[in-house]
Amino acid sequence: MSDKLYRILLFLAALAMPIVCGGVVYALVTDAYAAFEHFGFLKFLTSSEWSYTEGAEQYGALPFITGTLMTTALALLFCIPFSLPVALFVGEYFKGTKVASVLATVTDLLAGIPSIIYGLWGFYTLRPLIMELGISPQGSGVLTASLVLAIMIIPYAASLSAEFIKMVPNDLKEGAYSLGATRAEVIRRVVFPVAGSGIFSSYILAIGRALGETMTVTMLIGNTNNIPESITSTGNSMASIIANQFGEADGLRLSSLIAIGLVLFLITAIINLIGKVMIKRARIV
Amino acid sequence: MNQNNMKKIFSTVMTLVIALAVVSCGGASKDSGRKAQELSGAGATFPLPFYNVVFEHFAEVNGDVVAYGGIGSGGGVRNLRDKIVDFAGSDAFLTDKEMAEMDAVIHVPTCMGAVVLAYNLDGVNSLNLSGELIADIFAGEVKMWNDERIAALNPGVTLPAEAIIPVFRSDGSGTTFVFTDYLTKVSPMWKEKFGAGKSVNFPVGQAAKGNPGVAGVIKQTKNAIGYVGSEYAFAQKIPYATLQNQRGEFVTPTAASISAAASGTIPADTRCSITNADAAGAYPISTFTWMIIYKEQHYADRSKAQAIATLDLLKYILSDEAQHITSEVHYAPLPAKAKELSLSNLKAVTYDGEAIHN
Repeated sequence: MSDKLYRILLFLAALAMPIVCGGVVYALVTDAYAAFEHFGFLKFLTSSEWSYTEGAEQYGALPFITGTLMTTALALLFCIPFSLPVALFVGEYFKGTKVASVLATVTDLLAGIPSIIYGLWGFYTLRPLIMELGISPQGSGVLTASLVLAIMIIPYAASLSAEFIKMVPNDLKEGAYSLGATRAEVIRRVVFPVAGSGIFSSYILAIGRALGETMTVTMLIGNTNNIPESITSTGNSMASIIANQFGEADGLRLSSLIAIGLVLFLITAIINLIGKVMIKRARIV
Repeated sequence: MNQNNMKKIFSTVMTLVIALAVVSCGGASKDSGRKAQELSGAGATFPLPFYNVVFEHFAEVNGDVVAYGGIGSGGGVRNLRDKIVDFAGSDAFLTDKEMAEMDAVIHVPTCMGAVVLAYNLDGVNSLNLSGELIADIFAGEVKMWNDERIAALNPGVTLPAEAIIPVFRSDGSGTTFVFTDYLTKVSPMWKEKFGAGKSVNFPVGQAAKGNPGVAGVIKQTKNAIGYVGSEYAFAQKIPYATLQNQRGEFVTPTAASISAAASGTIPADTRCSITNADAAGAYPISTFTWMIIYKEQHYADRSKAQAIATLDLLKYILSDEAQHITSEVHYAPLPAKAKELSLSNLKAVTYDGEAIHN
């Protein structure tokens, strides 16, 4: 009897998640509908106009999609040279040593810092530095946001990559060594090919994190509704435009913001799905 | 779930959060026999420093606790329209169109304030600007601090040969409305290209959220200039510009110069813009800030005691005691005429169709 009850409870709990997820999608779609209907789905995605003029409102998501993709791509680029060495250090070179576990813990700790702290650090420390160095006169911009984002996603990329690097069978590595391969060669020729799709998937998950980051980006990107001309220009990401304007938005603008939310949701879901599939593949190897 | 519901839930949650953030005092109200009420309002951040002090005093005097969320003028009005707050705070009065879309409301001006042009320039302690120049700076037409037009207004001041970085609001804002309303009046170019509104497409510079956000960015950014409520520039110790008014005088925002801007006629419903006022000694970007309430106070489960408390709050704000606080926090007291008009407007407030006498 109690077993049956337990099963029912479990089943209900399991059912709750898909219902919540479905509800989110449903709410997003119904509220975004007005914007898609008014502007057309493709036009909404490809228009760079974000204009409030009453009666002639024009809302297009392109500047924000561009802003999100730019910050995410740059963050990924900046994150690789730091996260990959950490992963190799922890997962291969100093595998199982005390130093490695300390480094792994410290890296993981980065993931626990609230994003507002990163934002404040970026605003009060990094931004003045960028101005001081003459990289950009106004300090805020895609570059500043990306640099802080990069630090934020390092732990996600590093710790998962390290796990996959650890999983590379010793037989393979020993085989390579016995053929006279150096350590660098083993990493290049054995570790990377074997753990490759796993490492790739850990970066995919890191991207998923960078895509939706809101607070830090809002504080650092400059919040202008244009397509960034260069990496030092100001812009807005999909998450930051929503954070900036949701409180005041109404009617068509509100619907457009929710539509941006839906697009962001879809992009993140697809990226995460790719990551999951890659992890599965990695396990099979 | 339709859009309205979703908005309502979001706003309700936000109001709850705000309400929870305020420590409730409870106990009985000190006037009359009614129980102490908890009022909630939301809206403009511009008068927030003033409201914080006034609400505290009001709680001491009257026992009623007021929770106010500085979510921006537009957000406040939306919450009022969704009927989840007792009052909305707004720096922009409702347009006729907005008024037509909701039940009858009453505007009550609470204080006067100034939007100042705060700047961050090494070695520059005083800066004179004219309205047209400000419009050209924010339109990106005057790009450098050592532009000869700026220099002409500031003899003896060494202006750096650096690019001007305009800072504006990323969220919809009553402060933006007041500022662009002013620019629209003084610059035909601005009127044609950008116009006035709570959100305006500024072509250059960078944006930040809320008055504190803009003030923070200006303080942290050399060669920046931006518009903020005067109290925010003062609190952050950022210098602000002296502006040329319609009569050609250069005026700094003070309680006296802000009040001078309201010396003209005020319409019966107090909905009027006093930017670029044609009055001696008037600071040109002055504004009233309003609290907006429904004329019929019985909506969304509100009790009569709540309605009375709302009226008590507004009357308290209009009292000399509260108005005296304005200048302490760098706003200006209301002119007598605005107070008289508001007190008589408040007599029209009803609960279930009956006038509230108290």
